Amino acid sequence: MPRQLEVRDVSVAYGAQPVVRDISFTLGAGAIGCLLGPSGCGKTTLLRAIAGFEPVSSGQIHLHGRLVSSPGQTLAPERRRVGMVFQDFALFPHLTVERNVAFGLRDLPLRERHERISELLRLVDLSRAARQYPHQLSGGMQQRVALVRAMAPRPDILLLDEPFSSMDADLREQLAREVREVLKRDGVTAILVTHDQLEAFAMADKIGVLGGGRLRQWDSPFRLYHEPADRFVADFIGQGVMLPGRVVDQMRVETELGAVSGRYPHGLSPGRSAEILLRPDDLIHDDASPIQAEVVSRAFRGAEYLYTLRLGSGTRVLCLVPSHHDHAPGEQIGIRLGLEHLVVFPADAPSPTIEGGTLSVVS
Amino acid sequence: MGQASATTGIGSARLWRVGVIGVALLLALPVLVVLGYALVPSQEVWQHLAETVLADYVTNSLLLMIGVAIGTLIGGVGTAWLTSMCQFPGRGVFEWALLLPMAMPAYIIAYTYTGMLDFAGPVQTTVRDWTGWGYGDYWFPEIRSLPGAAIMLALVLYPYVYLLTRAAFLSQSLCVLDVSRTLGNGPWRTFFTVALPLARPAIVAGLSLALMETLADYGTVQYFGVATFTTGIFRTWFGLDDAAAAAQLSAMLLGFVFVLIAIERFSRREARYHHTSQRHQAIQRHRLRGGRAAAAVAFCLLPLGLGFLLPAGQLTVWAFTVAETRLDADFLRLVGNSLQLAALAAVLALLLALVLGYGRRLQPTRSVSAAVRLAGLGYAVPGTVIAVGVIIPFAWLDNSVDAWMRAQLGISTGLILSGTLIALVFAYLVRFLAVALQTVEAGLGQIRPSMDEAGRSLGLRPGRVLARIHIPMLRGTLLTAVLLVFVDVLKELPATLILRPFNFNTLAVRAYELASDERLADTAPAALTIVLAGLIPVIVLSRSITRSRHAKTA
Repeated sequence: MPRQLEVRDVSVAYGAQPVVRDISFTLGAGAIGCLLGPSGCGKTTLLRAIAGFEPVSSGQIHLHGRLVSSPGQTLAPERRRVGMVFQDFALFPHLTVERNVAFGLRDLPLRERHERISELLRLVDLSRAARQYPHQLSGGMQQRVALVRAMAPRPDILLLDEPFSSMDADLREQLAREVREVLKRDGVTAILVTHDQLEAFAMADKIGVLGGGRLRQWDSPFRLYHEPADRFVADFIGQGVMLPGRVVDQMRVETELGAVSGRYPHGLSPGRSAEILLRPDDLIHDDASPIQAEVVSRAFRGAEYLYTLRLGSGTRVLCLVPSHHDHAPGEQIGIRLGLEHLVVFPADAPSPTIEGGTLSVVS
Repeated sequence: MGQASATTGIGSARLWRVGVIGVALLLALPVLVVLGYALVPSQEVWQHLAETVLADYVTNSLLLMIGVAIGTLIGGVGTAWLTSMCQFPGRGVFEWALLLPMAMPAYIIAYTYTGMLDFAGPVQTTVRDWTGWGYGDYWFPEIRSLPGAAIMLALVLYPYVYLLTRAAFLSQSLCVLDVSRTLGNGPWRTFFTVALPLARPAIVAGLSLALMETLADYGTVQYFGVATFTTGIFRTWFGLDDAAAAAQLSAMLLGFVFVLIAIERFSRREARYHHTSQRHQAIQRHRLRGGRAAAAVAFCLLPLGLGFLLPAGQLTVWAFTVAETRLDADFLRLVGNSLQLAALAAVLALLLALVLGYGRRLQPTRSVSAAVRLAGLGYAVPGTVIAVGVIIPFAWLDNSVDAWMRAQLGISTGLILSGTLIALVFAYLVRFLAVALQTVEAGLGQIRPSMDEAGRSLGLRPGRVLARIHIPMLRGTLLTAVLLVFVDVLKELPATLILRPFNFNTLAVRAYELASDERLADTAPAALTIVLAGLIPVIVLSRSITRSRHAKTA
């Protein structure tokens, strides 16, 4: 796959204050990437640097083989061939849908322009709204207009800045899948910025997790979840608990719930204390298991319960259980490990808190 | 470097910065010239002024300001409280109608009242008819006096206080007022202990605007024979023929103005911290009945009647009586002159305001923001001062060019700039750019930055973004800006008097000349035309008031 976007050692600073530091990644033609992270992590700044709205303080950005940003040299946004979809859509209120989409197609002959517009409007099922004004459309329709307006001039890359954040939460994932469909059908290379991991999973081929201004991991959604590179990623992606243990050898760690082994060497020396990442689906409820834990609390999720359990040592863990297993707080239930990926961190690092949970880990 | 700016995204914005700072410096030139004269060592004439009339100028200006302050405070705050917090018959009409006196330039109301109240006028005639008295049998207050001037100015300037105070009352959280009531304070106590202190910054801001206008007034004080700074500048310039002394008087007047600006700025900043709540409930107005309702109606009717209805009615009557003789080709030429001049200045002001406002949007750096503020400063500067500040450098430039041309080519170019419409239009731009600028900046502020970025990412350069996105989106706002400047230019008197080309007359100048000849009824057609034009911004303002009210009840 040819490299459509290459970000090399890029830092962006506001004044003397660096916002993102030493970011490097590449994106192949036709791929969809995502910059994921909590608010204030610098993901939008990085996106705006790629668009040309922010200068870089060090490093280089190449678009389609062309150097577009380096310190002191910032190609103007209007000359970069980037398309951008904004958080608030930024549709021009004084223009119809058709003319919004036509806005970036000034240089095309009239006939081709019309063909491109009708092709795009068909793609997002908006042909009938062509003559309407943005305020006459629903939020979802406005978003599709914003999407095809940015796609219309066939940009080298499409940048989407939290495009679903103004949508209802239960619609976001579905919309993200629809947008992915449209982008893939048109062969567009795109980068999405979001703080919502479900959105990122639904849309992206490659996801970069940003924390504290740095790119923590640039990887596939599957590997981000199952093989996080550091505690920040482990903490940010999905739910989970750090379970204390002791390193047995390069492949194994001994814990309160038994010995666990991985497929790759983890690099810690035997005998030292460590922590392993335990996802709620790594723990299986099994009445026959000799290991018992006390139910502390539970959250009903429809098909399943998310139980918070207290182990004998007092450590709290999360466990996902089909919802017909109905246990009240205070009850003891049997559990066993069903770990497929062993993720080990040295124990001396500070403990993370758990994303989305009310529980903080005591180790 | 040239290559760098061609590829740098911020590069084309750099051009805008140069433009903004250039325009701002040009517009600040008159004020800078006048301030520069404050540093020039005093001359004989100045000594003479200081020994004789300067004390009068200061005293009279201060007394006038005190009088106007009392009048505008009582009228402005009282009516603002009644219309925003109480319910009485006609309240909805008063809400916007109380702005009508803004359409009346002070000098025109002064001419009208002089005509109504002098010995041969309708009021004194009626008194004599009733009582049978003759000339000298009775005492009648002299309107052409300092108190008279203060009353005239207060009658047309109280809407500034009314507008800002009303907005402050409406933004006060009702809960705060309710708390006061539940703690045992009656409505009057609540007004004085809670509502008034909370609105104080807004009141002070409105008052300083009214006082700036008071200092800027020339027509009223000149006609009433009150010696203030503005009349003093005229007299020094034309009577004593001393530009330097006139400029020094101007600089001193500017000192007063800057104090007012500082007070106004400070109050506005403070006002932001006096917002007690983000949530605004629909106001539950206190219903007045019987005598109280009648008193409220009378209180609101008084400034409205005296400040607009009565003088406008008198002007209409006069206009009809003199219509046959005055509405001739001469009058039409006058209207044509005024409209063309005002339209030209208004369109230029809009263009400059767009350059400054959009330039600041592109490059919100400290230097650009300071430049934009500098360009907007002229609004506080009296027209007389601006005229002095324009004529001095223009005359110098004309003389230098003339001298050079004569020395080099033996041709005399004479006056190219001073005494032409260029000088006059430039003075209007200096004085009224702020009006357009405020409107344009408020409009641009409504457009989210993502609109600019969407345009840029779709291949437009900054200038084209302005032309294809902002200007079409702001069409209504831009029209408002043009109208506001247009009307202000139409009403302007002192700068026009000083800078107009020989034999070039406008409506305002004609009204001034006729009034000086004591042909007060003959001023009516010109005066009434100015008042009618002055209604335009009042309508704009009252529409925004009704809109905000609908928004609040929605």
